[in-house]
Amino acid sequence: MKAAVVLFPGSNREGDVASAIKRISGKAANIVWHADSELPANTDLVVLPGGFSYGDYLRCGAIAARAPIMNAVRAHAERGGLVLGICNGFQILCEAQLLPGVLQRNAQLRFMCREVYLRVERSDTPYSRRYNAGDVLKIPVAHGEGNYTADDETIKRLEGDGRVLFRYVSPEGKLDPKWNHNGATNAIAGILSEKLNVLGLMPHPENHVDPMIGPTDGRGLFESINTVLEAA
Amino acid sequence: MKARVTVTLKNGVLDPQGKAIEGALKSLGIEGVESVRQGKVFEIELSAGDRVKAEAALKAAADKLLANTVVENYRVEVLS
Repeated sequence: MKAAVVLFPGSNREGDVASAIKRISGKAANIVWHADSELPANTDLVVLPGGFSYGDYLRCGAIAARAPIMNAVRAHAERGGLVLGICNGFQILCEAQLLPGVLQRNAQLRFMCREVYLRVERSDTPYSRRYNAGDVLKIPVAHGEGNYTADDETIKRLEGDGRVLFRYVSPEGKLDPKWNHNGATNAIAGILSEKLNVLGLMPHPENHVDPMIGPTDGRGLFESINTVLEAA
Repeated sequence: MKARVTVTLKNGVLDPQGKAIEGALKSLGIEGVESVRQGKVFEIELSAGDRVKAEAALKAAADKLLANTVVENYRVEVLS
């Protein structure tokens, strides 16, 4: 795996995700500056980390989505390369139109920082092959704008094509408005692009990889990516 | 040349900020408030003097950055 983690002004989870990648793949990730116009040669995974790029000015992720490096990220995605956007990274992917829809203010208007339960909807993607469909993961969230919204037609297409990878559920894995902490449409926590190579999700799997500090349910996501890229 | 771009949420899109403001106005005793929708106004200075070109540039600016047309509408006005 040769990962590039893009650093925007105001990103703050680049260290966490780089450390998760190192822990799981044994290989250090390159940190790439947003104003660069190219990714390091042979990059096979691009990560847009969490944080508050550009202070969330205008709209979350809006300015970062137009940064010079994003042309290279878009080209990488168009070649079928893996692009993972976590939290603010998901917002950036939506603003860049690499994923459909938009992340709106949480329905309860509050910033939510807590552990949530996610159901894995399918295991046949580059991001989830080390999980089983139906697995329930305990993963932290920390966001004020994570309420996934799109027009009805887009939602229908996402659902019909099986592009919802993660949903907010109860600890037993059941859909329940009480456990859909930000009010997301259909409890959507993470979606894939048409070719399944771009994933955006609000929760932070990179924060649950170290047994020393708690659950390790996030490991499977990075192990899946590593398995796919090492086999390539 | 002065211009203004106004960005508003599309009808039907949840606007929790507008709702919160609506609640605050009601609690201040301001009467007759039926609903509030929050938007954004951009005041833009343009160098060119050509109105048609200016409108085209502003429309491009709104489409590419100022508005997220998934959930927002915009209106472009060249003022002087």
